[in-house]
Amino acid sequence: MSQLLERADRLLESVKGAEEIEIYLSSGVETEIRAYQGEVENLSSASSSGIGVRVLHDGPGGAQVGTAWAGALDEESVHETLRQARENVRFASKDEFVAFARPDGVPAAALSLRDESVLTTPMDEKIALALKLERRVREGDIRIRQVDSANYSDYVADAAIVSSTGIRASYARSGAFLSVEAIASDGHDDQTGWGLSAARAPSGLDLEVAANDAITRATRMLGAVKPVSMRCVAVFEPRTAATLLAIIGGALSGDAVVRGRSFFAKRIGELVASPLFNLLDDPTDPRHFSASSHDGEGLACRRNVLIKEGRLEAFVYDTYSARRAGTSSTGSALRGGIAGSPSAGCRALQLAPGDEDQATILKNVGFGVFVQSLMGVHSGVNPISGDFSVGVTGLMIRDGELAEPVRELTVASTLQRMLLDLCHVGNDVEWLPGSAAGQTLAIEGIAVSGS
Amino acid sequence: MTSNLRFMSLELVEGDVLQRTIDEALRRGGVFAEVFVEDRTTSSVLLDQRRVEELTSGRDRGAGIRVVVGDTTGFAHTADLSEAGLRDAAQAAAAVAREGGGGVREVALGTLRRYPSAAEIEPGDVDKAKKIELLRHADDAARSEGSSITQVQVALGDSTRRFIVANSEGLFASDHQVRTRFNVACVATGDTGMQTGYRPVAATRGFELLSPMVVEAAARGAARQAITKLEARPAPSGDLPVVLASGSGGILFHEACGHGLEADAIMKQASVYAGRVGQQVASPLVTLVDDGTVAGEWGYLAIDDEGHESSRNVLIENGVLTDYMWDYLRSRKDGRHVSANGRRQSYQHLPMVRMTNTYLLEGDSDADEIVAQTPYGVYVAQLGGGQVNTATGDFVFGMTAAFLIENGRITAPLRDCNLIGNGPEILQRVDAVANDFSMMPGTCGKDGQQVPVGCGQATMRLSGITIGGAAA
Repeated sequence: MSQLLERADRLLESVKGAEEIEIYLSSGVETEIRAYQGEVENLSSASSSGIGVRVLHDGPGGAQVGTAWAGALDEESVHETLRQARENVRFASKDEFVAFARPDGVPAAALSLRDESVLTTPMDEKIALALKLERRVREGDIRIRQVDSANYSDYVADAAIVSSTGIRASYARSGAFLSVEAIASDGHDDQTGWGLSAARAPSGLDLEVAANDAITRATRMLGAVKPVSMRCVAVFEPRTAATLLAIIGGALSGDAVVRGRSFFAKRIGELVASPLFNLLDDPTDPRHFSASSHDGEGLACRRNVLIKEGRLEAFVYDTYSARRAGTSSTGSALRGGIAGSPSAGCRALQLAPGDEDQATILKNVGFGVFVQSLMGVHSGVNPISGDFSVGVTGLMIRDGELAEPVRELTVASTLQRMLLDLCHVGNDVEWLPGSAAGQTLAIEGIAVSGS
Repeated sequence: MTSNLRFMSLELVEGDVLQRTIDEALRRGGVFAEVFVEDRTTSSVLLDQRRVEELTSGRDRGAGIRVVVGDTTGFAHTADLSEAGLRDAAQAAAAVAREGGGGVREVALGTLRRYPSAAEIEPGDVDKAKKIELLRHADDAARSEGSSITQVQVALGDSTRRFIVANSEGLFASDHQVRTRFNVACVATGDTGMQTGYRPVAATRGFELLSPMVVEAAARGAARQAITKLEARPAPSGDLPVVLASGSGGILFHEACGHGLEADAIMKQASVYAGRVGQQVASPLVTLVDDGTVAGEWGYLAIDDEGHESSRNVLIENGVLTDYMWDYLRSRKDGRHVSANGRRQSYQHLPMVRMTNTYLLEGDSDADEIVAQTPYGVYVAQLGGGQVNTATGDFVFGMTAAFLIENGRITAPLRDCNLIGNGPEILQRVDAVANDFSMMPGTCGKDGQQVPVGCGQATMRLSGITIGGAAA
């Protein structure tokens, strides 16, 4: 049994009178190494731990909840956190839908997501990986003039959630990452490209993939020009497609729905997307880096089909939003660390693969814009209205193949429109860090703004 | 009182313990070592659809220790502030010093320089019920703007951050920063779907920042913004003249050149502004300043997170690039003055070169005249954020409240979109700057670290920039 779970159990014994308590404990260690010009630029190693507490008072007219957190697990911090949460309860509004999760009988998937070798791999080997990555990119192409960031990083994180309503869960996860940004130059023009490899442990990392990705993406952008404004097909490659799916996942949160902040609200059963669009959220699939046996309230994570052949099937719910919507939790509470309260959200989105690879999609599209990277997603996408406008670097698609590079353009539409205008779904699924996997997607009718 | 207890516990890391920790950090041969001890308490209240959904208190306390050997920095952090905990972290940070044999170096800390907070009302002294009353007042005000307002979310947060920083050069300083933030987000629903409005109010001040009048104005503004956008048409695409209203338009400079003038990007030749000091990089109307000394502003600092007193730094003067922004290690390496731009999100992060309050000095045009002299274009009343690639200079910024300008008059509202441009090109296109200067608070993210910053400018015009709208 995990030490965190034991500690959480002991804290639960402090429950007073009629109150209910939920205790979330986390601990983790992490390493980050940045290489620059053959040397280690930074090496950070750290361990951290923390506690998040929610206290609930039930009574006539509904329940009230108060929360508090601390970035330490010493007795004084824990004691003070409990005290603050108890004090905060009194000020919350009574809400008939507020409740802590209760065990719902769904068994948790047996997932092995923590690889001990993150902890046992000697620091020298990790440093060597960062240095090799930097050298490999720098020497990989004569046009690479700078590698401004070449990083190795890893983490191991443990968490436990217990509550006086019978929740008792613990889970763990590890990750190791190589990421690199290269600057290519042809003497007139500078362009950047970013490469990544992610795994559960250092041994799973593919340095060549990360290095080649950065080199290719930077060098193929050299000489990029601003295109003319037009309306055409946009082909999102797996990384940018994953960003798009994650944004759509936000509007499928039961929390956004019950708060009247989702354009999908009241549309269950309707066609909201192309029939090619089959979206599910499945944190029990261990290929997702964000996979998890339990959600942020300690319920078992489960596979949720959200959109099937373009038809809106379901939303994801945590306990609160489910009660407000008159349904039950889908095991989809997310928790942004110790300081965050649970809220419904997608954790591991995956779009059912189509049957075309990227080359075939480009061939079928014929003409359009290939979207290599996005800029200003936070400033140009409004997940409530659906307005979508992002900065792009990429390449033109001409005669079914990638052609000249383009920069300083935006692509715009609305999320609602884009789902319906989806015309090709690739079979080239890439498992990426973040809440969504991605594959090549082609969308028609996109407004490209350039000169 | 809890606040006294907290103050005491931070002071428990005494000067002589810090001194011994630095000695330990240098034992393996570092040339520079620093201990940063931080204690931060935060509280936040969220009122969603008239319900007080969440009242949260948080506390983060710990120390970050860094050791520099040659061009390598070792860093470790710990939540254990006992001498043993600090010693362990010092040893972990010193592990990068591979040669060993540094020997014993005695560090003598100077006298502690203290920088008290100017907050008149400490957040901890405010009755929680009073905070909630203020949020309810804002909620009522937003709803009174019209029945199409279907969603109102009002949030209030404050943070009290105390830190001590000591380094191997004897620097020994402590700061006490109090920040208060209020924001309101509204959704309006109509035949065309939903639209959003948002207004922040934030400052490096105590609770005195917020009065019923201030929160009411913000709430009404956010509600009107959402309601107006229900009638909005898709923004145009292509190159057009753009007038940026006073305040949030400062994001333009934050993205178009601010990040590119940070010395870390410069020293890695990862900025289009590297090697261009003394050159004309912008229109002569552009004089850009980064200024941590503006008391009360969201990006105000008495000292930066490396312990150096904040200063006012002119970056671009009449269009000519005059200087970059520096953190301590880079300014030392380059033999420069300290510009006090070394900032960190928390003790768990290494300091980096960051902006403070970045603003364009005002000009002498009249804001209304600038609009009147624009036959056709876009008037941006509020910007919501942006992003830049410093190596290429390409940047975007998003408009969250905008209108068409037709025949010199502000007309139809436009839906949200990004604008895109290239920094050095766009800075040349500033062709009018008015005299109605104001500032806006924002949160700047870089390499995963968030810090509060201010942006500011007077109403100004760009002769052309690409509007990323969905209209054909």
